[in-house]
Amino acid sequence: MLSRVANTLYWMVRYVERADNLARLIDVNQQLLLDFERLDSERLRGFWQPIILSTGDEEAFSKLYDDSGSGEVIRFLTDDPRNLNSITSCISLARENARTVRDQLSDELWEELNALYLFTRSDEAHRLLESDPPKYYENVRRSVMTFLGIAASTISRNEAWEFMDLGRHLERADKTTRFLDVSSYLPPGEEGAETGSPGILHWTAILRSCGAMGAFRAGHHELSARGIVDFLIFSKEFPRSVRYCIERVDASLHLISGTPRGAFSNEVERESGRVLADLNFGSTEDVFATGLHDYLDKLQERFNQIGAEIFETYVLMPERIQSSPGPRSSSQSDVAAWQMEQQQQ
Amino acid sequence: MEMFNGYDSGKFYDEMFGTDGTVRTHCEPLLKKFSTLNQRDFLTRKANSELYFLRQGITFNVYHDNQGTERIFPFDPIPRVMPASEWDHLEAGLTQRIVALNLFLHDIYHDQQILKDEVIPRFYIEQAKHYRPEFRGVDVAGDIYIHICGSDLIRGTDGVYYVLEDNGRCPSGASYLLENRNALKRAFPAIFESVGVRPVDSYPRDLLNMLHHISPRREGDPICVLLTPGCHNSAYFEHCYLAREMGIDIVEGKDLVVVDKFVYMRTTRGLLRVDVIYRRIDDDFIDPVVFRKDSVLGVPGLMNAYRSGNVSLANAVGTGVADDKVIYYFVPKMIEYYLGQKPILPNVPTYLASEEADMKFILNHLPELVVKAANESGGYGMLMGPSASKDEIEKFRERIIADPRNYIAQPVISLSRSPTWCDGAMEGRHIDLRPYIIYGKDVKIVPGGLTRVALTKDSLIVNSSQGGGSKDTWVLHH
Repeated sequence: MLSRVANTLYWMVRYVERADNLARLIDVNQQLLLDFERLDSERLRGFWQPIILSTGDEEAFSKLYDDSGSGEVIRFLTDDPRNLNSITSCISLARENARTVRDQLSDELWEELNALYLFTRSDEAHRLLESDPPKYYENVRRSVMTFLGIAASTISRNEAWEFMDLGRHLERADKTTRFLDVSSYLPPGEEGAETGSPGILHWTAILRSCGAMGAFRAGHHELSARGIVDFLIFSKEFPRSVRYCIERVDASLHLISGTPRGAFSNEVERESGRVLADLNFGSTEDVFATGLHDYLDKLQERFNQIGAEIFETYVLMPERIQSSPGPRSSSQSDVAAWQMEQQQQ
Repeated sequence: MEMFNGYDSGKFYDEMFGTDGTVRTHCEPLLKKFSTLNQRDFLTRKANSELYFLRQGITFNVYHDNQGTERIFPFDPIPRVMPASEWDHLEAGLTQRIVALNLFLHDIYHDQQILKDEVIPRFYIEQAKHYRPEFRGVDVAGDIYIHICGSDLIRGTDGVYYVLEDNGRCPSGASYLLENRNALKRAFPAIFESVGVRPVDSYPRDLLNMLHHISPRREGDPICVLLTPGCHNSAYFEHCYLAREMGIDIVEGKDLVVVDKFVYMRTTRGLLRVDVIYRRIDDDFIDPVVFRKDSVLGVPGLMNAYRSGNVSLANAVGTGVADDKVIYYFVPKMIEYYLGQKPILPNVPTYLASEEADMKFILNHLPELVVKAANESGGYGMLMGPSASKDEIEKFRERIIADPRNYIAQPVISLSRSPTWCDGAMEGRHIDLRPYIIYGKDVKIVPGGLTRVALTKDSLIVNSSQGGGSKDTWVLHH
């Protein structure tokens, strides 16, 4: 398939996934706020600060807003067009990507994304954000679920699908590490997860942000920091755990290139294989020995590395001609410029 | 029928009602069906079809609006209905016309016999803005130049169909023809079933067959692509729509690269050779090496590959010369010259400002005429004599005298009208018809075409850029 199309499908799904994760993050934390006693503005800042820090957009935020109260943070993450990673920005970007590969998408798939886009720009959406925010976020999440469901049931399992799946799982892995990282920024005394400790609510929120509450409960009687970290990073079965996502990333990469699992034919497969091995054979002991924050930070760097290598291998690749003797490669700079438009978070 | 109560067909040719107010026979079944709807029902269905367009993203961008507002093209749910006999006549006339136009283009890009025989003065061709003398002697697959033609037809007060212009470069609108049909089928399925309408859904197939036909590579399945200027182009929806319907890749200039006079596209598995390009980019922008140097939409080196016969373009380079309104004047003569036949579809009577007698006539009758610049389209560069101010008329008089080669004049034709739903009432609005003619192994025309309607009261300008909308066109089985 066209390199540009592969790149566009990959980013379309990444943006959709990003919007979904943000919607859950904000919704969960907004509800968590209700469980606390009235917070003064100082405590309120302390509450939202870790969340902003975990998204990695703290610089953009502090440029745009003087205060970090609920209203500001929610606006910034939800529908501030100046924040390129706000929910509405992500949905616009996803749709813009979809528009340029409209011919690859089923009508139903396009319609769902377009409907979500039209919703986020509607008066109804603005009204909901004022009067019933949970409903707003639920609409976004349901629409994303529908989108992914339609994709799963209408798209052939070909290269296009694998590039979409690649985007979805890489984005998901990244978001899980970021949500988990919220715990690293919690004020001292609130970082523990044991029943009855002040941090328990935060850890519950982290699980909920990853949509993992039910799945976690099913296998664990006790909430503990260690148990949650283990589950969100190393679970073999939970579809938002880092390990599960990277397993899918590695699988998609090998389906695209046709290289058998366990071997590699390019740099991106080598890197995904390494990360996967670390996750397959790693443990929470390693995590805490390194320090949770540093461990997660390192993972995010490696995800970015995988993203960059995907781009390098399939979009910016050397220009060999299929089934005919290959002449020289021509300049790549112009190609690079137009494909680099998309940014990783 | 209540919606049609009080409908005034006026002094024009009305597509549905005769001058005495009686329903034309071929419209009776449709009208009978519509009469079973009440107004509320009708409006709900109309709103649903608009929602369908919006959800499908069949919209155009409103430029200069940084909110990124998108609007749907206005769509009127009352179809234009045409009996089979009328369509047969149009089909024969359009087929004759595209055959002659292609013979003409082959001729002027080779021996120029028609100029040597002085049927068309040489000067008109050589001064045509879109004539490409550098492509003389270049052979194109099947000697076909115009593969897709979107001729505009209008109907005067007498009910006669005239050809207003031939669009032989990149005519757009075919996707609206197809989507109007889809929208109407959803809105009024029952009406549809009972009336007996010829389907239009073969268009993408016909288009793809034509592209395969002109492939320079004989062995294996040819690789065809649609070349678009990109997603900010106002016709982008159409480009995607057609590419998907045909199952071919839609590419932008930057997706293509020319190596050793062959065209390739950049894929995840390396470069893949391309045989046929259905290009939706004008000549001027298609190759910055040959044409406009500042074009970022095109493919450097494409013209080299094209000249070498390694890639086919639809439409071919240089067809714009036939779109010149002065050359249009000569199409009936081409038909007689190349085919030895009488033209089946007449041109609108046309005066050429470069001809002395015509010039005199034009200058003396400016307030009654429509004056058009030879190479403008979309309703621009025009003087509508009867509605123009004295100032405008004098401005055009000067322009015509300064540059007679680039002006023609025609009598005002009062386009036929069709009942159209306008803010709460059914009123007559002027319409035209753009059929899409495909010339590959043979000539294919999907029955009907895009009916464009001037939604502004009394306006004769149907272009979407100037307040036009569209309707579904029904060619009946009988």
